[in-house]
Amino acid sequence: MLRLENITFKIPAETGKTGTILDDISLEIPDGKYIVITGPNGGGKTTLAKVIMGLVTPDSGRIFLDGMNITPLDVTARAAAGISYGFQQPPRFKGITVKELLQIAAQKKLSRDECCSYLTKVGLCASDYLNREVDTSLSGGEMKRIEIATILAKNTPVMIFDEPEAGIDLWSFHRLTKTFREIHESTGCTLIIISHQERIISQADEVLLIADGKLSGRGLPEEILPQIDGIYERACCKLGAEC
Amino acid sequence: MAQNDIRKDLLKKIADLHEVPEGAYNIRENSGLAGRRNTEYITIETKTDKPGINIYVKDGTQNKSVHIPVLITQTGITEMVYNDFFIGEDCDVLIVAGCGIHNEGDEKSAHDGIHSFEIGKNSRVRYIEKHYGEGKGTGERIMNPEMTAHLSEGATLEVESVQIGGIDSTNRKTVITADENAKVLIQERIMSDGKQDVVSDTEVILNGNGSSAQINSRSVAKGESTQLFYPKLTGNADCFGHVQCDSIIMDNAKIRSIPEICANSVDARLVHEAAIGKIAGDQILKLMTLGLTAEEAEEKILAGLLK
Ligand SMILES: Nc1ncnc2c1ncn2[C@@H]1O[C@H](COP(=O)(O)OP(=O)(O)OP(=O)(O)O)[C@@H](O)[C@H]1O
Ligand SMILES: [Mg+2]
Repeated sequence: MLRLENITFKIPAETGKTGTILDDISLEIPDGKYIVITGPNGGGKTTLAKVIMGLVTPDSGRIFLDGMNITPLDVTARAAAGISYGFQQPPRFKGITVKELLQIAAQKKLSRDECCSYLTKVGLCASDYLNREVDTSLSGGEMKRIEIATILAKNTPVMIFDEPEAGIDLWSFHRLTKTFREIHESTGCTLIIISHQERIISQADEVLLIADGKLSGRGLPEEILPQIDGIYERACCKLGAEC
Repeated sequence: MAQNDIRKDLLKKIADLHEVPEGAYNIRENSGLAGRRNTEYITIETKTDKPGINIYVKDGTQNKSVHIPVLITQTGITEMVYNDFFIGEDCDVLIVAGCGIHNEGDEKSAHDGIHSFEIGKNSRVRYIEKHYGEGKGTGERIMNPEMTAHLSEGATLEVESVQIGGIDSTNRKTVITADENAKVLIQERIMSDGKQDVVSDTEVILNGNGSSAQINSRSVAKGESTQLFYPKLTGNADCFGHVQCDSIIMDNAKIRSIPEICANSVDARLVHEAAIGKIAGDQILKLMTLGLTAEEAEEKILAGLLK
């Protein structure tokens, strides 16, 4: 069970701006659930995921994993505790190959076949990619898929993916939704996917709606999907756009 | 460490040698000859007019190697050595050079190696050079390698030069000229730390139509070290050249990179790219989410860049 208690995160003072990005969020995610987090751009989804991974330190609140208070743990310790996070915008590495990155994630040597199986799950042909460097020569969609493959190789009890579908072509997207279902069924992991895609939302056990830094809704896909239009409209009103 | 172990260790670091190498070799140790083997295809002879050797590779020599490591294990040795390579036509050879200095004393040890290459038509030469210094003494360890090469029609020269660590001061100078359809590839990897200073001055002159050059320099500067790069490409014909320099800067180091491209023909296509920056924070964080500590993540990123 992953539990967040009163998480608040304000815009860092050094930016010179003020504002609350996460506003007193409390929630529980039972083990083995397939959860999708959705909501308008800028609502706080990525920040929430980063708080769980330890990439961002909240101003207040606590995080528990299986009853253990992980709030004081750094990123490495949280990875060891069983959390992984696929970045919305994965960084690139000169001189590190796809194979090496998969091995770093798996924390062991991987055979060619093992590497292949991870890459196939994200719709990449292993022979084209294994020895390629994870640098700027990869396209945005390729980079995203490699990022997902590293999380699959890491195989932790809690996996968070931040807009895994972004920039991915329709064919691969279809493959990916299948992969998420399969992973969830075969490993029994707690799968948390941040997504704007109806297709991903509709296969979740439960959907969390994050808007304006708050948990503004939670329920079955068929309950949440109809609310989404309203939420997005309110968000654009707030931005001062014409609705 | 016993003298013999120091020697073995240096040989491993600079030439990946565990035993006596296969093929031709010449081991120079503390300014003397410590071993040599000539083969049917490759002949090494000592110069008579100045310190150094001539290396002759016969026409048509295929898939052969020659190792010419230089070791300095006594303090206070300074030497200037001339090595001339004469590579015939239609050859494919690997040359492993490299210099290791182990200085336990307080006098400076210096090796200045001057290498010249005459590469025959359609020959391919891979030249690997590693520089490494160690020892607890206060004596400086200095290396100033110079390289000149002329590539005949259709020849290829691939240079891999690596300065792994422990050299207090290096001033490297390379000038390569390429005739028609000749190809030059230079990969330079440099890591400096402490108070080390590195200067690398590389010029490739593309004289022949169809010739090409790729200079790829990657470096990491730590501590108080300084690095200065002058890669220069000159195109005098219908040719293509690309210079790429990537450096990671850390601590209080200083790096200057001054690439120059110079076209004297309307058909020359030359490109340069240079970047200096610190390790990006999200790179470290990404590797931490995969389970590495911050220090391990930094090591991986540096090792990747210098690979
Ligand atoms: N370090 C920061 N400094 C200032 N503002 C920040 C910082 N981090 C996040 N924000 C702001 O907080 C809000 C939430 O950002 P976040 O990235 O969590 O949104 P999101 O829900 O993931 O959006 P998207 O759907 O576009 O990915 C945004 O308005 C963003 O600009
Ligand atoms: Mg986001």
